[in-house]
Amino acid sequence: MSTQALFGQLLIGLINGSFYALLSLGLAVIFGLLNVINFAHGAQYMMGAFAAYLLLDSAGLGYWWALVLAPIIVGAIGIVIATLMLSRLYKLDHLYGLLLTFGLALIIEGIFHHKYGSAGLPYSMPESLTGVRNLGFMYLPNYRAWVIVASLAICLGTWFLIERTKLGAYLRAATENPALVQAFGVNVPRMITLTYGFGVGLAALAGVFAAPIYQVSPQMGSTLIIVVFAVVVIGGMGSIMGSIVTGFGLGIIEGLTKYFYPEASSTVIFVIMAIVLLIRPQGLFGQR
Amino acid sequence: MAQPHTDAAPQALHASHDPAWEWRYERNLFVIMVVSFLALPYLIYPAFAMQLLCFALFACAFNLLIGFGGLLSFGHAMFFGMGSYLAAQAALVWGFPIEAAMLTGAGTALVLGVVTGLLAIRRQGIYFAMVTLAFAQMVYFFCVRAPFTGGENGIQAVPRSKLLGVVDLEQPLAMYYLVFVVFIAGFLLIYRIIHSPFGQVLKAIRENEPRAVSLGYRTERYKLAAFVLSAALAGLAGGMKAMVVRNASLTDVYWAMSGEVVLMTLVGGMGTVFGPVVGAIIIISMQFYLAELGSWVTIVQGAIFVVCVLAFRRGVMGELEAWLRRRRN
Repeated sequence: MSTQALFGQLLIGLINGSFYALLSLGLAVIFGLLNVINFAHGAQYMMGAFAAYLLLDSAGLGYWWALVLAPIIVGAIGIVIATLMLSRLYKLDHLYGLLLTFGLALIIEGIFHHKYGSAGLPYSMPESLTGVRNLGFMYLPNYRAWVIVASLAICLGTWFLIERTKLGAYLRAATENPALVQAFGVNVPRMITLTYGFGVGLAALAGVFAAPIYQVSPQMGSTLIIVVFAVVVIGGMGSIMGSIVTGFGLGIIEGLTKYFYPEASSTVIFVIMAIVLLIRPQGLFGQR
Repeated sequence: MAQPHTDAAPQALHASHDPAWEWRYERNLFVIMVVSFLALPYLIYPAFAMQLLCFALFACAFNLLIGFGGLLSFGHAMFFGMGSYLAAQAALVWGFPIEAAMLTGAGTALVLGVVTGLLAIRRQGIYFAMVTLAFAQMVYFFCVRAPFTGGENGIQAVPRSKLLGVVDLEQPLAMYYLVFVVFIAGFLLIYRIIHSPFGQVLKAIRENEPRAVSLGYRTERYKLAAFVLSAALAGLAGGMKAMVVRNASLTDVYWAMSGEVVLMTLVGGMGTVFGPVVGAIIIISMQFYLAELGSWVTIVQGAIFVVCVLAFRRGVMGELEAWLRRRRN
């Protein structure tokens, strides 16, 4: 095996890592405020990819439009779901939120499966990002570099928004004590709903990023979401930066495993989860 | 992360406790269940009736954990599927008789339950569900790659030996009544566990774990024991299913199977004794009769999930019990 292959796998690892980071970030923000583990996150990631495909197919709107519109469309659908259904469950046991969103994931995937079958649909990457850069030790496809840089920027932007702005301060306060924040005159229910829309939008954005790399198919989200759950268990949902670091880190480890011991590449994250449960059950960044 | 519990985990009814009434209610339902299952192979295909009983046992095993221990496992397919694979392997390759093959399935799931349970009970609530789901996915990937499972083809043409060397199980009715006996034995075992002092402690942990700890119970041991028992019974159900349909495949160990058993228990009524049986009958019949609709089955299942969570959290048997209690008062 060559260093070329090693860096190739590392690159794929980084790309998957950016999807893990974007998705676990959304899960953590949603869980913090809604007390709901959003099982439909994978389905919403898939909807993002399909939105990109459909925008191009039926409206002729290309990749850059999709990057803006798909998260808004899917996020809006998320807001409808939060208003109509999730809002009834905030006071119940967390398990009900998980079960409800699992049901929603089945419905969404079933509908897309019914309409588009299980074969993947191709989605071509934008003209401006085709081509390959020669870095000397490896060839770097421009699109992949773009996905990594853009995801990292979005992740850090989200971190800044939540940890360093006034809006983020409200958000963190509402996570700690919603009743008190409401008493200070902040419209907490609306903030909760918008937060769900934002988390879902992040998932949809990851879906648009993924569309040109992986084919667009109804089941693309369900396998991913289970891995992301393991990522969340490993990192713990306590910190935003923790989600980002864990997501990218596990992507890289997975990529390296693909190079050195490919047989274990699909299970390595679960093995790491088992080890973390043994030595630090609350997760790397979780609080007791 | 200690979250305030505003509503305890999926639970049975807390209304007035009347042991005599409860006993009569459960006895009557048990008689109805036994009589209808005895008659079942004369009313529908025995092959279909056998599958119903396998899934009913699976759902009862799952309910032991969620309904009475308050632990939501989203990975029970790993026990069902591995039980199914190992029973098929034992019967086909190692030449085990049918009783031993099914027990091999249960034993495999028991061992797997100890290993995954020890890790999973280190987290609570929502994390417990995610951890079990992740382990189940790991087992699924193992089954995809392991040579003995036959990959996409699964293990086919599993033989059925004569029961105790005497009874010819190629007769559908004979096989059905074997499945019936195993199901009733499993059901009664679960019933016994629920109503034992062990079961009472389990319920106490479900309602308020810190309080159970303060009373001196080593709660993690109780949770592990419940997890392992539930896993072993799920493995028995899987092994029995492999004998009934004569194959074991990746479907049995896929995450969708974990979701299905959750759905069965939710529809029938979490934490009720007979709910999982009713739920299994409803969900498996629905799959059977809607099979030609293809992906609509998934959509309908998802819709049932949503409706149950939003408006029907007690499930069929929970609602029935509540209605009977109301009428009585």
